[in-house]
Amino acid sequence: MSKNYNILIVGVGGQGVLLASEIISAVAMASDLDVKKSEVHGMSQRGGIVSSHIKIGPKVFSPTIGYGQADILISFEKAEGLRAVDWLKEDGTAIISTTSLVPAIVTSSKEFNYPENPIEKIKERCKNTISVSGDTIAGELGNPRLVNTILIGVLSNCLPFAKQIWVDTIGAKVKERFVELNLKAFDRGRALSHSAVEV
Amino acid sequence: MRELLSGNEAVARGAFEVGVRLAVAYPGTPSTEILETLADKFPSIYSQWSPNEKVAYEVGIGASIGGARTLVAMKHVGLNVAADPYMTHAYTGVNGGFVIISCDDPEMHSSQNEQDNRYFARFGQIPMLEPSDSQEAKDMLVNAYELSETFDTPVMLRLTTRISHSKGIVDLGQVVEGPDKKFVKDPSKYVMVPSHARKRHVIVEERIKKTAEFSESSPLNYVEDNGSDFGIITSGIAYQYAKEVAPDLDYFKIGMSYPLPMRKLAEFVKAHKQVLVVEELEPFFEDQLKAYGLKVEGKKYFGLQGELSPHRVAKGLKEAGFIDETIEASIAQEQGMFPRPPVLCPGCPHRGAFMALKKLKVTVTGDIGCYTLGVMEPLNALDTCICMGASIGNAIGMEKVGGSDKGTVAVIGDSTFLHSGITGILDAVYNNSNVTIIILDNRTTAMTGGQQHPATGLTLMGEQAGKIDIPDIVRALGVKRVFDLDPYDYDATLNLIKQELDANEPSVIITSRPCVLMPKRIMAEPFVVDLELCNGCSACFKISCPAILASSETNKHGHPKAEIDPTICTGCTLCTQVCAPEAIILKSQFVKV
Ligand SMILES: Cc1ncc(C[n+]2csc(CCOP(=O)(O)OP(=O)(O)O)c2C)c(N)n1
Repeated sequence: MSKNYNILIVGVGGQGVLLASEIISAVAMASDLDVKKSEVHGMSQRGGIVSSHIKIGPKVFSPTIGYGQADILISFEKAEGLRAVDWLKEDGTAIISTTSLVPAIVTSSKEFNYPENPIEKIKERCKNTISVSGDTIAGELGNPRLVNTILIGVLSNCLPFAKQIWVDTIGAKVKERFVELNLKAFDRGRALSHSAVEV
Repeated sequence: MRELLSGNEAVARGAFEVGVRLAVAYPGTPSTEILETLADKFPSIYSQWSPNEKVAYEVGIGASIGGARTLVAMKHVGLNVAADPYMTHAYTGVNGGFVIISCDDPEMHSSQNEQDNRYFARFGQIPMLEPSDSQEAKDMLVNAYELSETFDTPVMLRLTTRISHSKGIVDLGQVVEGPDKKFVKDPSKYVMVPSHARKRHVIVEERIKKTAEFSESSPLNYVEDNGSDFGIITSGIAYQYAKEVAPDLDYFKIGMSYPLPMRKLAEFVKAHKQVLVVEELEPFFEDQLKAYGLKVEGKKYFGLQGELSPHRVAKGLKEAGFIDETIEASIAQEQGMFPRPPVLCPGCPHRGAFMALKKLKVTVTGDIGCYTLGVMEPLNALDTCICMGASIGNAIGMEKVGGSDKGTVAVIGDSTFLHSGITGILDAVYNNSNVTIIILDNRTTAMTGGQQHPATGLTLMGEQAGKIDIPDIVRALGVKRVFDLDPYDYDATLNLIKQELDANEPSVIITSRPCVLMPKRIMAEPFVVDLELCNGCSACFKISCPAILASSETNKHGHPKAEIDPTICTGCTLCTQVCAPEAIILKSQFVKV
């Protein structure tokens, strides 16, 4: 792999953003590439926005992605996807879960609104947008916590790593009794995107 | 062996490799994981939480004088608390190597200020190293112990949030044995009475000159010559940002940030047409370089506040004429997005107190912890927050000048109370203040991720510990009006606070419900909203619970009715107590007709 991949993951505290970014960086490391990832812990996790930057390539300097430099945006929540869409490169890919989480500040005050049709607004700006019914698929699989693995499945087709590396890494990072279910979730996600790169 | 480690994990690994025998800290973002990793992965090292940073630092001094390689870690503001021992420890020097890790938080991701602790190294006249990634964090910790023992000085390793919390690949090293030392009696070195300290101060100034010489020849400071006319002097994370956007310029990468290798820097400046200093926060390097007579610029292009980033650095470099292209977004930003501020968790035991304080419209002096979130709309029930422990002193001062007509209440968490609230209460009793103090005792240090403290009964390493009883301490401090309170009982909370506001002596109210997340997630039966009974009055929205959502049904004014997310409702009952039409009922009792 000669090019660098900048992957930005966003979501809301408690959605599993950090586990997803652990898995993606472990896959890159297993593929003998340089990896850096950056996220901020602490205050922001109490229901606030969580974001994780992952950078993969032959040599990585900054652990954070420059504004407008993300190749791939993964969002666990649709309005957060819209909030972060300007971080993408013009020809970047957006993978957005249709999940919506409306915070108390919107319900309790007239000042703020949750955007209408955020996914449409993302699609207007980013032609490579894959919207993923994460909650529905996770519900079908019987566990709402699987959304992150489904999204990783979608992502896996956009990165030049063999499927087996993903499978092995998920096996190593997820608690044993959940591995099988997570691999199913991964496959469901992977089936949603076309292979965008040669492996 | 290679591993993907955060800067904090790399420091812990470095401590293991270099034979640290004692590590001590008080938690604080972004430093907390250093000690957590030590306790978790390297239990052969004795590590402990202390009640605050001052005590932590003093424990560290004792261990070092006792001969052990010692690590003390804290967030930037922690060093303010520990500044007293720190400044004099610079005089005594060490026996076993001593490294103080300062984790600064530019951008204030989780802090009340963004002070630049590089000045502390200069203030105390001790050497400081500044890693720019996880590998360097580990390697420089090892260098720091060598420096400490060679020059008989405490050494600071300064990290910032992006170094502490970013992960990178680290080559693990061999484990070495630290020197086997014991305490050697030497009052002229360790007893800082004026006659001894005057002599030690001379040694401090000689020592910093010697370390400056070391800095001149140390490979920690190096030049990357790419044949450019433009030179950049930088350190830490700023180095990575600059390399990302301008890899082909010449670099002077500073690893030893104090004392600076001035002669070597002067050579670099003179060998280039133009030189910029790229550093986060204050002009720490820039001012020293200018005072040395060197022609450099920096802050003019990069600013004083907040974190740098690849795009901020690119913008500054372009303005200075160093590069041609900035980094811009090509996709338009969405305007007018709602904010998503952090909020108290569903079932958080702090919520009841803030609902009552808001209702009573009293002035609330606040402190630092999860409960600082009581300031957020719609609760909006906090009036001050300065530093850990400040709430009580603030309340006393406010009360003494009659600053608030409605009365003043101080709120403080259990960990914060033990950190620096005890002396505040002592002041209230001593000076006959009639303040009301609420200790929000959730039995953990929640804000930083749930660490043990002296009243939880467990140590960092998971051992049973002498458990301090908070009400006993408060009574021992001389407070007579001490009350337990169930913060899930809204009326009781309201009435007790009201009652104590009228008391003519200090009162302390201690809440009794544990954190719903730590040590384990508490989930009782969730509630649901009966939409036929809900009248859309929005009283439950105002308690700011993330489990309460707007349903798609509205009342006759078009206001949304409420809905509860059963997967996160903990069944704390607070919303049911503000619901006039009694529309919120236990899930099992809700029968749809
Ligand atoms: C001097 C200093 N040290 C550490 C911190 C980091 N910190 C912020 S709040 C807090 C403790 C919170 O615990 P507690 O008072 O029990 O409140 P909780 O979060 O549990 O509600 C800590 C350690 C700080 N802000 N200042």
